[in-house]
Amino acid sequence: MNLEFTPEEIAFRNEVRAFIEENYPDEIKGLGAREDLTREQFLAWHKVLGKKGWSAPAWPEKYGGTGWTATQRYIWSEENARVDAIMPLPFGVSMVGPVIYTFGSEEQKAQHLPGIRSGDVWWCQGYSEPGAGSDLASLKTTAVRDGDHYVINGQKTWTTLAQHADWIFILCRTDPDAAKPQEGISFILADMNTPGIEVRPIITIDGSHEVNETWLTDVRVPVENLVGKENEGWTYAKFLLAHERSGIAGVARSKRGVEKLRQIASTELIDGEPLISDGEFARKISQLEIDLTALEFTELRTLARESQGKGPGPESSILKIKGTEIQQRLTELTLEAVGNYGAPYFRGFSEDGSNEFGIGPDYAHHAGPAYFNMRKTSIYGGSNEIQRNIITKMILGL
Amino acid sequence: MDFNFTEEQSMIRDSLARLIREQYDFETRRSVVESDAGWRPEMWAQFAELGLLMAPFSEEDGGLGGGAIDAMVVMEEFGKGLVVEPFVPSVVCGGGFLKHAGSVAQKEEYLAGIMSGEQIFAFAWAEPKGRYNYADLETTARKDGAGFVLNGHKAVVIGAPWASHFVVTARTAGDRRDRAGVSAFIVAKDAAGVTTRDYPTVDGRRASEVYFENVALSSEHLIGEVDGALSLVERVGDEATAALCAEACGAMGVAHAQTVEYSRTRKQFGVPIGKFQVLQHRMVDMFMEHEQSISMTYMATLKLDEPEIERKKAVSAAKVRIGQAGRLVGQQAVQIHGGMGMTEELAVGHYFKRITMVDSEFGNVDYHLKRYTDLCAAEMAVAAE
Repeated sequence: MNLEFTPEEIAFRNEVRAFIEENYPDEIKGLGAREDLTREQFLAWHKVLGKKGWSAPAWPEKYGGTGWTATQRYIWSEENARVDAIMPLPFGVSMVGPVIYTFGSEEQKAQHLPGIRSGDVWWCQGYSEPGAGSDLASLKTTAVRDGDHYVINGQKTWTTLAQHADWIFILCRTDPDAAKPQEGISFILADMNTPGIEVRPIITIDGSHEVNETWLTDVRVPVENLVGKENEGWTYAKFLLAHERSGIAGVARSKRGVEKLRQIASTELIDGEPLISDGEFARKISQLEIDLTALEFTELRTLARESQGKGPGPESSILKIKGTEIQQRLTELTLEAVGNYGAPYFRGFSEDGSNEFGIGPDYAHHAGPAYFNMRKTSIYGGSNEIQRNIITKMILGL
Repeated sequence: MDFNFTEEQSMIRDSLARLIREQYDFETRRSVVESDAGWRPEMWAQFAELGLLMAPFSEEDGGLGGGAIDAMVVMEEFGKGLVVEPFVPSVVCGGGFLKHAGSVAQKEEYLAGIMSGEQIFAFAWAEPKGRYNYADLETTARKDGAGFVLNGHKAVVIGAPWASHFVVTARTAGDRRDRAGVSAFIVAKDAAGVTTRDYPTVDGRRASEVYFENVALSSEHLIGEVDGALSLVERVGDEATAALCAEACGAMGVAHAQTVEYSRTRKQFGVPIGKFQVLQHRMVDMFMEHEQSISMTYMATLKLDEPEIERKKAVSAAKVRIGQAGRLVGQQAVQIHGGMGMTEELAVGHYFKRITMVDSEFGNVDYHLKRYTDLCAAEMAVAAE
């Protein structure tokens, strides 16, 4: 056991750091990942990485992955977090991409994988429905075969950033008479320009437009867009969720968040002294950082197992729960730290580094909305209660 | 980065686990703990035979060439078996002082004995009014010609009833709680002026109040620098803390596993209680606490040779996390066992007691959270300059 980087890993870190310094686009510097970026801002870094061949590191090399080791991937996320990089969104690279290269046809691979890697095609996720959230298998959207097409009807919800999307992957019921709800589901790809697809915004409690309702009315999709076999979509859906969980811990980003929180608490004053020198508050930051260290080393153990060819161990199921709890506490403490200036709110205010309203410190503007927004993390991707059910079943065997 | 154990470390783990399984079952342990001696010297001899007591020492010092990871492996198994024999006091603490600061003569005189099991050390640092501060000393070693005269009272010295020697901290200069002026000495238990009051601890071990009355020491008894031993004491204390974290991980794992197993068989309202979601999720929380404790123990153990601030932060972070995890795992293990968890007859209560007491050894959650926070502030001050 040791924690040292090999000389090759140090060389890799230097290479990555230099590449980021030279190539991270000026127009998105300092923005950080936020829900109200434009499509171009979201994709700017993704497109640079696509050209470099670094946009999908975890993919198999034959599909354009980098072949990096677990440690290299760790270094990669650390280095990107240093500059608050806006990383490729998960819907293409981490979700539908792996489903397509694992279960899709050669035509589907050829058609879709290059666009996902390059960032030219934006994907969104048609999973949740108004009546099917944590109980995903109860979904009702139907796809009925009609000659060379499926005709899709139903409603999807929480479709993240669908307003920018070019394509959607949809879970549909193709066999209404299946014995179990998990059977009779299919995984179908659709061009967002297909007639009958309508996207309506949902404004969330932080005031942002990040998620949508997606209405599907007689949407005709060619049968070639079915991934894998008809009625076996649940297998692919679960495969996708397992991929979604990896990397969900967000350790590197949260480490950067703790640094920022320390800076804020060094600036804010309490009885004329920096807030950070207040024992109570300083210990809250310490506790957060300690819990983050526990998460980091749990993730490192998981990566080490994976790089030995063992599947993700029992530790990996912890990453979603603890990772999201920490992301939430980070925004909670930031809101606490800014005190009175957590309250002012300007709809549509964009944190672009300027302080056009001239009220309070720049770092306070987004503290409230960020806190409200992050409550989503323990709900999405299989709520944290569902994660506990998974651990109960898969690990405790109860 | 590498999280694999060496072949030697895996061998140590396997052979120790087998020995504990065969000769350290719960009923045997109970009767030993309740016996007059409270331990089994013959068990210690077997540990020595397996090479455990020499595992963490370099080949140059006569050991097997291992280090803190080996001690971690041993202590995790000790935790699983609730082993009471004094590996941390003698091998990690006594051996640690000698490894880092022992002269050639001291290593010859003591380290060989620690590794063979013939000498047993205990670490006498705590005092009735000093809590967790290594420098808050009323014990004094007055300089007397070329030697020292030791006077004082050391509190709750774990393993002292079985020890042949102590490492004793004492003030040789400066004021109470000053960082400077702390020295450490090796004192034979049978030296004139040393007395002990021995007693059992709530978790089945033995400890003593140790009194020194005009104990005459020579400079050969001094370990580390005169007046400047505090950094050494802190380093050994951190190594002991990391080893205790490993012990807690072992004990937490068993407490959790026994609880899950109990929930499978215990029926209420016609179903096994493990079918109740409220209990399932609590057992998942216990599982997550245990896994994260293992992660933190690896982290701290791997950082024991880092520069001082980084080492201290790592160890404090681990001790905080494991103290908190131990509370949850221990309390909920008893809770889910219901009334049976309250009985002496079931092992789970004994695991609960050991896990609980780990928190109060070498600094509890509050102490280490404060130490961590103070170190962060110090780091920020340095960065600002």
